Amino acid sequence: MLFRTLAKPDFKALVERILASTEVIGPKRVGTDRHGRPIHHYLPVESFDEIDLDYETTEFSAKTYFLPYKENLCSYRFQDDDWRQEIRYRIQPRAIIGLHACDIHALIKLDKALARDFFPSPYYISRRKNTFVVGIDHDPCEGGFCRSLGTDTATHGFDLFLTDLGERYFVAIGSDRGFRALSGLPAAEITEQDTEDYLRVRKRIAAGFKTEINVQNLPNLLDIEFESPVWEKWGGKCLSCGSCAMVCPTCYCYGVSERVSMDFASGAKTKQLYSCNLIDFAVVAGGHNFRPNRQTRLKYRYYHQHRGFMEAYDEPKCVGCNRCGRTCLAGINPVEVIRDLQAEDET
Amino acid sequence: MKYLGIEPKRLRFAVFEFTGCEGCELQLANKEETLLAFLGAVDVVEFREVSSARNGAYDVALVDGAISRTDEVERLREIRARAKVLVALGSCACFGGVNRMKNACDLDQANREVYGDHPKETLPTRAIHEVVPVDLKIPGCPVSKAEVERIVQHLLFEVPYQFPVYPVCLECKQHFTVCLFDKGQLCLGPITRGGCDAPCPAGGLGCWGCRGKAADANIDEFRSIARERAHGEREIAERLGFFGGFEEHS
Ligand code: SF4
Ligand code: SF4
Ligand code: SF4
Ligand code: SF4
Ligand code: SF4
Repeated sequence: MLFRTLAKPDFKALVERILASTEVIGPKRVGTDRHGRPIHHYLPVESFDEIDLDYETTEFSAKTYFLPYKENLCSYRFQDDDWRQEIRYRIQPRAIIGLHACDIHALIKLDKALARDFFPSPYYISRRKNTFVVGIDHDPCEGGFCRSLGTDTATHGFDLFLTDLGERYFVAIGSDRGFRALSGLPAAEITEQDTEDYLRVRKRIAAGFKTEINVQNLPNLLDIEFESPVWEKWGGKCLSCGSCAMVCPTCYCYGVSERVSMDFASGAKTKQLYSCNLIDFAVVAGGHNFRPNRQTRLKYRYYHQHRGFMEAYDEPKCVGCNRCGRTCLAGINPVEVIRDLQAEDET
Repeated sequence: MKYLGIEPKRLRFAVFEFTGCEGCELQLANKEETLLAFLGAVDVVEFREVSSARNGAYDVALVDGAISRTDEVERLREIRARAKVLVALGSCACFGGVNRMKNACDLDQANREVYGDHPKETLPTRAIHEVVPVDLKIPGCPVSKAEVERIVQHLLFEVPYQFPVYPVCLECKQHFTVCLFDKGQLCLGPITRGGCDAPCPAGGLGCWGCRGKAADANIDEFRSIARERAHGEREIAERLGFFGGFEEHS
């Protein structure tokens, strides 16, 4: 990895340079919740000053810029006895400024499932490849447990990654594209002082984590606790609303539907993100529902996060951002659910 | 006008209104960009909003409004007897709708309050299916024309239409709407059937449940969530009772 330092005004200049030709997304404050805390969303910005790099977390992940909630997969038009299909991948470049480490890990996990496995998705890949990612270090967000999952620091999956050293940023360069982006800017070679400052900040951040889960042996524990009353307890509260999967940076399930125009001359296939908590998620042809009750559906959500994905890719799917926990009206959150399971295991 | 080489059926549609605001009927005449194609795909034989034609036979009867008078009961029975497919159109037809509120009052008193010294004959409000068997229910206050179009397309090709079964929250999240519970408001989104695209929360108004209950709605948990956030029993009951889609819970 190459490192540089960049004075804050020069970083602003960099973003403004990108803005001149490219859509820029950044954390923007959109309101205040009922506890008086700011709410941030990743949104397109028109100037650098709209970006609030000191944000704690966002309500929604940045997944939507890679896996939109609704996406046109193809359009088709009939003519005489023939038909034409049109497929458009999104290739317009875009930059996302200010992703936290957990969200960069989320992209790395999505890469594994959607770009590097047996069925790579050209829809995902075109967006991912054409998105310039700038990450940033930050003090732990409330309830986040990324450190337990090893997703509190990022060493790849981005173009640039910033650590705030006060007047300047410590910049990790993660790609050729990142390197080229710095050209013409007074980015300095790092000094011993820079390294020292960087490590001090990293230490402060690491010491700030208050929330932890123990993921040791979790896949086996999940198998052992398959019939646990813990699933009754938490699953019974589930509203089967899918909000958790919508805000989760790594949930990628979807359904596909066809819409035909009213004159029957054209149509479109649309993909819509879905959630395993929704009641018809496991309905198969013929109408049988493999997971008709909410308890089972909630359980399988946890199984995919911490067991199924682990089996396929040697790591859990969850990055510990706790967005699902914050958004769930019923208060269902991974930290408590997993702790309950572990307590169950000890009794 | 074939689709994938298959000729759709020609179906004759008739539209009838009962106790309601006619908003759903107006919706049928809405969405100008596809109105011609819509009217080209179906034969409308009776529909006050777009034509004055009256012509005896029809296959599909779209019925909007609730039933609240004896003469309406008679008229509905007649329509049922003549229609091959009877469709309840909108929340009034599906659940009784806002009109159902009067059932909680003393009918005579309600009558006097509205009509003064000239009371009208009136019955407790009922949904269409409480009077005659219904083949298809399209909820919504008003119904969405886009959804009606899709359902009509399914009818023309005789394939069953699958309504979304998930609650409003899913589409609400997909629009990045800040949750109204987070702003201290009550919202029936978690227990109401989705498919409307969650316009009310997006506009800053909690869902009032016009599409009725979502499949396997977790009403108990919803109540405790609302109570925990300091919404009173009365407010919750009023909300659940508003469109009549949660009749057994309000
Ligand atoms: S866990 Fe919470 S957010 Fe997820 S589906 Fe259940 S109620 Fe909704
Ligand atoms: S499961 Fe929850 S905590 Fe884990 S990545 Fe998804 S939203 Fe974040
Ligand atoms: S199965 Fe559930 S947990 Fe897994 S990606 Fe799909 S929605 Fe997310
Ligand atoms: S505003 Fe209503 S519909 Fe939207 S997420 Fe919140 S509860 Fe669900
Ligand atoms: S959000 Fe609720 S009240 Fe509004 S249209 Fe949808 S179901 Fe009806």
